[in-house]
Amino acid sequence: MSSTVMSERSDRTRALRSDKPRYGEKVIFGFLFITAAVSVAVTTAIVIALFQPLPGLFQEISIVEFFTATEWSPGFLKPVYGVWPIVVGTLIVVITALIVAIPLGLLSAIYLSEYAPNAVRKTIKPVLEILEGIPTVATGLFAFFWLRPFLEYLTPWLPWGGLFSTGVAGIAVGLIIVPLIASVSDDAMRSVPRSLREGAYALGAGKMRVALRVVVPAAFSGIIAAFVLGASRAVGETMIVLLVAGAGSPSLNFNPFEGIQTMTAYIASRATGEIAVGSVVYDTIFAVGALLFVITLGMNMLAIRFVKRFREVYE
Amino acid sequence: MSDSSRLKGRSGLAVAGAGLAVQNHFKSKDTKGRTASILFLALMLLALVVAISAIVAVLAWAFFEGRTRLDADLIFNGPSTVKRATAGYSVAILGTLQIIGGVIVLIIPLGVGAALYLEQFADKTKWWNRAIELNIQNLAGVPSIVFGILGLAFFVRGPFSWGLVAASGSATVALLVLPTVILASREAIKAVPPSILEGSLALGATRWQSVWLQVLPAAAPGMLTGVILAVSRAIGEAAPLLLVGALTFVTFAPSFFEGGFSALPVLIYNYAGRPQEEFQILAAAGVLLMLAVLIVINSFAIWLRARYEKSW
Amino acid sequence: MKKNIIAPVALAAAGLLLLSACAGAAEDTTEADGGLSGTVLLDGSSTVGPFAEAAAELFMDENPGVAVTVGISGTGGGFEKFCNGETDGSNASRGIKDEESALCADNGIEFGQITVANDALSVIVNQDNPLQCISVESLKALWELESSVTTWGEIPGLDSGDLASEDVVLYGPGTDSGTFDFFTDEINGESGNIRTDYNNIGEDDNQAVQGVSGSLGAMAFIPYSFYQEYSDTVKGLAIDGGAGCVDPTVENLLAGDYSPLGRGLYMFPASSALERPEVLAFYNFVIDQNESIASAAGLVALTADQKTEQLSVVAGLG
Repeated sequence: MSSTVMSERSDRTRALRSDKPRYGEKVIFGFLFITAAVSVAVTTAIVIALFQPLPGLFQEISIVEFFTATEWSPGFLKPVYGVWPIVVGTLIVVITALIVAIPLGLLSAIYLSEYAPNAVRKTIKPVLEILEGIPTVATGLFAFFWLRPFLEYLTPWLPWGGLFSTGVAGIAVGLIIVPLIASVSDDAMRSVPRSLREGAYALGAGKMRVALRVVVPAAFSGIIAAFVLGASRAVGETMIVLLVAGAGSPSLNFNPFEGIQTMTAYIASRATGEIAVGSVVYDTIFAVGALLFVITLGMNMLAIRFVKRFREVYE
Repeated sequence: MSDSSRLKGRSGLAVAGAGLAVQNHFKSKDTKGRTASILFLALMLLALVVAISAIVAVLAWAFFEGRTRLDADLIFNGPSTVKRATAGYSVAILGTLQIIGGVIVLIIPLGVGAALYLEQFADKTKWWNRAIELNIQNLAGVPSIVFGILGLAFFVRGPFSWGLVAASGSATVALLVLPTVILASREAIKAVPPSILEGSLALGATRWQSVWLQVLPAAAPGMLTGVILAVSRAIGEAAPLLLVGALTFVTFAPSFFEGGFSALPVLIYNYAGRPQEEFQILAAAGVLLMLAVLIVINSFAIWLRARYEKSW
Repeated sequence: MKKNIIAPVALAAAGLLLLSACAGAAEDTTEADGGLSGTVLLDGSSTVGPFAEAAAELFMDENPGVAVTVGISGTGGGFEKFCNGETDGSNASRGIKDEESALCADNGIEFGQITVANDALSVIVNQDNPLQCISVESLKALWELESSVTTWGEIPGLDSGDLASEDVVLYGPGTDSGTFDFFTDEINGESGNIRTDYNNIGEDDNQAVQGVSGSLGAMAFIPYSFYQEYSDTVKGLAIDGGAGCVDPTVENLLAGDYSPLGRGLYMFPASSALERPEVLAFYNFVIDQNESIASAAGLVALTADQKTEQLSVVAGLG
């Protein structure tokens, strides 16, 4: 066996010599591959759990009705299984959430990325993350017991109805996705090369102009990705909507001042409710769950595509 | 990078000079946006203030509502329908601890392993490795309640059939936060300069030795922060636990594979739904308890991040 | 650097796991003085829940070696687990349905039925509502599926006086609730028969009380135990089931006069489970100590006659 000078000199490097086949490493490689493959197993399991009861379910209820009817009344005397009312509920929550979170999140991100001195940035970022880290049951209780009465007190001329408000649920959900939108947008803006900013400054542009006319447009796909991710998070939120948006009427309702059930709230209340497991009514949670999964999957893939496009331009 | 005037030395002079030259030529400064700039700054600060006041508002509400029950009983007594004034969260705290214990045991090997694989060992041109990456990114966005359905189908019933026990809750929540851990660990590994790995390889070490002995310890603080943040999220999750049986009245400490269990956020939800006023106050006090725990954990993570952050 | 961080954190994690394991172990190894030990697993209705929980607590006070857990997956969910052999007993706010008995029979689960408390539904209205009594027919006309009533004046068989032009605002539980089942069955004739435009409060009866107390023209139906808790915030109407107006009071409930909205709450123990001494002891306790359990849970206890009857039912099963 030929030995190099180095290995003769140093015991340590002799021990590290890699010319012997190391089977242990192959085992380790296999182990690591398995840990990564676990994620694939999880997705497969989710898909099985959601889609396996569906063929049986859609023999009992009409799949056409599911996607086209505008009344959702499982468990009632003459049940109609049209999913649109709870989709609309989710939609109202998400749209309200975005209306709240996009300005708050984007403005915060611009400040953090373009204006804030480093020390300020380092303190504010973690503080914002607290907002995201508050358990949603706490935010939900807060929104129901304080936020809603407070908003009603501020605006008594608005047509507040009943106890639940999908709009207030949307506002609460909006608040918790602000940190998400802020941090993804901030990352996107900070990835914009310095040279673009400096060029603008060199031409005499002021800070606001540089931020709004140069950085934001440059980071645009990254920012859109932030919005889409925020929306996807809002779609999947359960506890806040359960507590604040409640359950509404079976027919289509677009009124944010009233309670409307969302897809997630439906699954949670049906699964913990009194209807017998295994019945058609119970199995609707799988259909709604599958729909939810497909929607969030679509949104996430869209966001990933935006990030990729952003990266392609600058890296 | 926020202000061109911070550029040092010759570059700074050059830029400033160019700016002045241009201004002089066009005989205008960008004063058109003066008031607009101030308004804009005010607007941004307002946005931050609103976001931060939301946090303060939640804390203030919880404190105001729950302050009368901030006593030792809150932590050491269990749930009670009979002795309402002294009911507490002891059982739920233990349940949450058990769940988190299981979560940590699962996510560290799985999360770190997957991150190491993807960053250091996977051939990125192979389609299956890209599929795994994409898959993890998608899993990070799946709603938590869908994980609840998964837990119900696979851990409570199905192949594992553990029943409505703490183990099922633990496994469900572990899978829920796993993608976050993987993503955070990947970032931590990416932050380690390639020179560390390459230096080790150059000295004759195998790839695994280099990763295990050089890259991993360097990335450890970042990974640890990721794990802690994942744990902090796991503590607050209620929705998936509702589906795997945490909505149970348990007055004794749960054992991992047997009996019923409860968790802190679920018990808060449970108390909030009862008519008696003592329970409403108890729910708010529980919120305060959770927030206190989470602030401690998050502060620890932030301290960790700051203390061990390396500039390469 | 790497050693500095791994050691303390590993220590912390180990400590955490040790703590939870110890806590779990400490509680498990409690030796019973009375000699009874084991577990009793219950699940089912969230209305019976508080009763079962109070029973569990009081029973465990006397028998520290027994662990009783009470789940509240709902009457339907409880039966499903029960008939799959996953629980020792099911709590229900209604009788067992045919398909549920069939499932039990298929899996070889034999069971008994015990009545454990008296309950009822209260129809509540705002405190300033002038009404005192409402008939079953009026309720049906208001709540049923085909109803088109929008103001109080339109409710047939009712003298609404000043309230005639006030809009009716209805609150009620969702289809997941046993209360929903019971009300629609008794008043509207069939389970699930209800108009579709009422405010759905889901599972949380608190919301119904809040809604009614905040709105003059509101009406809701809630479990009697909730009404008792809130009787100074909302008004409970007397119900005329054909024999005159009957107030929602404990006396009327026990006398069986508050019909048709009076109901029993049930527990269904599995025969195989009753062979275990701790389970048998528990169900005997439930009947024997009925008054203290019911008062702790805010429910109405069994009458003396019912008590004797149920004790013999348990004796017959065990």
